[in-house]
Amino acid sequence: SGTVAIITSDGRMIVGTLKGFDQTINLILDESHERVFSSSQGVEQVVLGLYIVRGDNVAVIGEIDEETDSTLDLGNIRAEPLNSVVH
Amino acid sequence: MLTRSPLCVFAAFLLVFQVVGGERCGGGAQKRPEIPLIIFIYISLFSICGTLHSVDQYLNIKLTDISVTDPEKYPHMLSVKNCFIRGSVVRYVQLPADEVDTQLLQDAARKEAMQQKQ
Repeated sequence: SGTVAIITSDGRMIVGTLKGFDQTINLILDESHERVFSSSQGVEQVVLGLYIVRGDNVAVIGEIDEETDSTLDLGNIRAEPLNSVVH
Repeated sequence: MLTRSPLCVFAAFLLVFQVVGGERCGGGAQKRPEIPLIIFIYISLFSICGTLHSVDQYLNIKLTDISVTDPEKYPHMLSVKNCFIRGSVVRYVQLPADEVDTQLLQDAARKEAMQQKQ
């Protein structure tokens, strides 16, 4: 259980500590915050706390490398928000 | 219920074969006993390149050594090296053509299908 980055099916990125999961990829995330990217301003982090995310809405789970993450300058990253998953 | 044949083909590729050699995506010709793979994900043309680690029955994919195909446009995954991708969001999986022996793959998949029928 390390720090993970979740990309949800509506194109959001949530970072937190993965506390648990099951076969349908329902997730329990602790200390979670959402990273909102925008093309006009730097990354905004919205604190969420303890979350349960239903597996249907999870697209990608990435394992965050703490070292690389601490070197990221979130204030200067500009990006278009992701679109949602289209089937 | 999931039909067996697409699962067989993909699972056979992973389970039956040791693909030797190949280039890592992003350049650098190194011979390694790994399966380099480019995976295209549904999310707005966001595509991830990486080495195939494992696949499960839902075709969820685990990749190691990720690189995003366009990191400037999609900086979200900059600090991620390994990831798990839910099978339902994958649109295409692109495999290096010279890594795959389609004849061998077809035979193995056929054998798998026969075994599972019994």
